[in-house]
Amino acid sequence: MPEQLHFEDISEGQAVPTLTQNCDSQRLVMWAAGSGDYYQIHYDKDFAQRTGLPDRIVHGALKHALLGRMLHEWVAPQGQVVRLACQYRGMDMVDKDVVCKGAVTGKRIENGRNLAELEVWTEDPEGNKTTPGTATVELPSRP
Amino acid sequence: MTQASIITDEMRAAIGRESEPVAYEVDRTGCRQFARAVGYSDPVYFDPEVARNRGYRDIPAPAGFLGHPVIVPGRPASAVGPDLRAGFTRILNGGTDVEYLDTVCAGDVLTAVTRLVDIKERQGNIGPMLITTRETTFRNAGGEVVAVLRGTGIAY
Repeated sequence: MPEQLHFEDISEGQAVPTLTQNCDSQRLVMWAAGSGDYYQIHYDKDFAQRTGLPDRIVHGALKHALLGRMLHEWVAPQGQVVRLACQYRGMDMVDKDVVCKGAVTGKRIENGRNLAELEVWTEDPEGNKTTPGTATVELPSRP
Repeated sequence: MTQASIITDEMRAAIGRESEPVAYEVDRTGCRQFARAVGYSDPVYFDPEVARNRGYRDIPAPAGFLGHPVIVPGRPASAVGPDLRAGFTRILNGGTDVEYLDTVCAGDVLTAVTRLVDIKERQGNIGPMLITTRETTFRNAGGEVVAVLRGTGIAY
């Protein structure tokens, strides 16, 4: 477990450590089971191609969850993800890396809670931003 | 050139309408399976003792996980609300926005109600699209809102 990140440690513009996750077909099947989304475009190549897609695509919600993991690994054990929103603008294909990134856009204290606002996004291996979003995390103060 | 709207009066009338409540069970196996699929290594999502030592009632639900709907054949399978595909057969997920108002842990049974917020049509690079926005409110056993999920669906 890395050392706890505190509210005082972060500043606007600061980057969140990048998380890279390869999304092979096994991961997409695990996600189908874990999320309950069994739509075949994510694990059946023939089905995906019949709908006009070049191949199986990564579930949008998996990219949302990966952004959540990136934030959790940055703020854990005491910090929390309060809000996470993203839009699935570009498709990510099976077997490729999903690269999760983020940067602090602001800090505020609201009802005694230390909140950080972030811009978050995923990139495909070519560096295209496929999933832009925003997030809010809560962090502890230094004792 | 204007085209006839693909949004019918019936679809428009569904805006603002709420689904029947659906129970979502958050259990340990579900939390673990979700965490494993996302690649988490933090034991808090796998070991109840670690979770309790960190102040949680039980294994917390990883970000994006709000349990699985209780599926009983013949009853609504999830709180997605009315089917609004307008004859389109292909569906894409347009976006997800989850806001947490409280911690969700294994053992919780949440009650989800989905409201159709908006329907829009747009000409995209994949042809005409129908974009629907739904908001699902998850309440705990005490009736408090623990999470709000706003989802965008694209039919084309």
